[in-house]
Amino acid sequence: MSGDMNLLEVEDLRIELTADNGRYPAVEGVSFTIARGETVGLVGESGCGKSITALSVMGLLRHPLALAGGKIRLTGQEIQDLPPAEMRALRGKRIAMIFQEPMTALNPLKTVGRQIAEMYVLHQGANWNDADARAVEALKQVKVPAPERRARAYPHELSGGMRQRVMIAIALACEPDLLIADEPTTALDVTVQSEIVDLMKELCSAKGTAILMISHDLGLVTDICKRVCVMYAGRIVEQQDSEMIFNRPQHPYTQGLVASLPRLGMRARHGRQRLTEISGVVPGITAYPDGCRFHPRCGRKTEICEKVAPELTPLADGALVRCYHYG
Amino acid sequence: MADTDLLAIEDLAVHFPVGGGMFSQPQMLRAVDGVSLRIRPGESLGLVGESGCGKSTLALSILGLVDPTRGRVVVDGTAVGTDTDRLAVARTVQMVFQDPYASLNPRQTVRRTLAAPLRLHGITNSGEVADRVAEMLRQVGLRPDQADLYPHEFSGGQRQRIGIARALILKPKLVICDEPVSALDVSIRAQIINLLLELQAEMGLSYLMISHDLGVVEHMSDKVAVMYLGRIVETGGWREIFERPRHPYTRALIAAIPDPLTRALGREKAHGEVPSPLNPPPGCTFNPRCPHAIDKCRASPPVLSPIEEGHLVSCWRAEELSTVRA
Repeated sequence: MSGDMNLLEVEDLRIELTADNGRYPAVEGVSFTIARGETVGLVGESGCGKSITALSVMGLLRHPLALAGGKIRLTGQEIQDLPPAEMRALRGKRIAMIFQEPMTALNPLKTVGRQIAEMYVLHQGANWNDADARAVEALKQVKVPAPERRARAYPHELSGGMRQRVMIAIALACEPDLLIADEPTTALDVTVQSEIVDLMKELCSAKGTAILMISHDLGLVTDICKRVCVMYAGRIVEQQDSEMIFNRPQHPYTQGLVASLPRLGMRARHGRQRLTEISGVVPGITAYPDGCRFHPRCGRKTEICEKVAPELTPLADGALVRCYHYG
Repeated sequence: MADTDLLAIEDLAVHFPVGGGMFSQPQMLRAVDGVSLRIRPGESLGLVGESGCGKSTLALSILGLVDPTRGRVVVDGTAVGTDTDRLAVARTVQMVFQDPYASLNPRQTVRRTLAAPLRLHGITNSGEVADRVAEMLRQVGLRPDQADLYPHEFSGGQRQRIGIARALILKPKLVICDEPVSALDVSIRAQIINLLLELQAEMGLSYLMISHDLGVVEHMSDKVAVMYLGRIVETGGWREIFERPRHPYTRALIAAIPDPLTRALGREKAHGEVPSPLNPPPGCTFNPRCPHAIDKCRASPPVLSPIEEGHLVSCWRAEELSTVRA
């Protein structure tokens, strides 16, 4: 381990899915690190394994998914095999998570103030009176208008954007080292999405909280994160600086994704051009092809791609790509 | 209405009574409140707006599934309402839904799903039905031998192709596409967008493209209308709307896109959330969220008026707000 220790190190992660009397690798050979205060994104389509990678860091994998190999270290300490009680103490205190749909993540029977206050009581031993007062402060920080009144509201009385602010307040209550955000704005309207994203960026950078952002939206991830890992069919296929991923994607899949997006402003610059299609479909977890998992959809495949899975190749500036024919 | 319009919506309002009981008056939800739009044959109109702005109610009234409270919808020369002959409307207007998982009957083969509209419309010769189903499947990029499969045997992109085939098998003139790609995997979206554009060229279709994705709307539309709380706040050609947006709401939508390409275009954002359509703010309904609101905006509602040829804006300050994106 290097001198300046990483906050999070995920090394050679393997997650298996039990289905149809077999075990299938839903995530395989996934490694990445997050330094203190750093922002890293995991991008990919549904089923690529990005969410379960995040869940494994939280120790929240449940049957039929199970960790089958690899190490997860938080400031050097291996946490993948911690007993449930110790993991529970960590969760919410040092690693917190916000989810796509705040309505299903919040308890409908408790006021939002109480749900925030719970964090101080459970993790910091505060008494309920102090905790309730701090919950109002927390709501103020996430810019909920009239926080005293809103603290007494139930989740169903709040709009989607307000609920997600409450989720952020809960997640950041104990000033965790790492915030995992799994599609935090997908359920929201675009103008609200951009406000929530700004809020997350602002609060996390003020408190030095690192972010692991999970999304299918490459634009959103590059907006928030310094570094992006692109996942395809359970593997990281490319890791790049956010600045570079749109301008110089290296993996054929990333290149295909970038070229296939109809981005605002393209028509004015280049006229209406037929969008570049990525042929075929994402393979199912139980039917991952041999070799490079992208080869059936790839225009550059050669014989080796069908047989031997490529390793991650380091490029300049710390970028990585898993392809024989990158660039 | 001009003879050349396929769809003409004139001052359409659709209000729904909400709540109310034996002793209380219901409140009026003004889902659509004075909308005028036109689509010519072969033209695409992109309709942009956030949830609750009235896009879906507008779509329903074009299909004749809700009655106008005021104004009218004229499709191909015929005024449309719930008393209009459904079959006649269905021959002219069809719809492609957002979620191909939810909008196909899981217990019917593709052949049955596609044959049903043909039979309903009097095409009962089994040879002809089979031919048209096969031809339609080919047109949307599926194989005729896939007709006897069930929806679950297809991928998401293929299911959306079936949804498109079902909408087009009667050869309609206008197709309402309600978020046609947003439920699909990112790598599949381009396939469906390309398909929709090819079919438009082949069949001379008009599209009403409802989407919150401005990139998709720019790529697919000739004209664009931006809707907020039941009203059109800005409308014009795609260039006018995306290169010279005048309404602060349109600008906020553009600023909200997290894309390095548009990041350079400025960050003139909206604040807060869409107010309840049951209790819209007085004056311009966007004023509580608008960075440029002045007293006049809070006092009286602006009207949609031309600011350049073919470009209409409903904003008191449209003239003075610079055309350069702030």
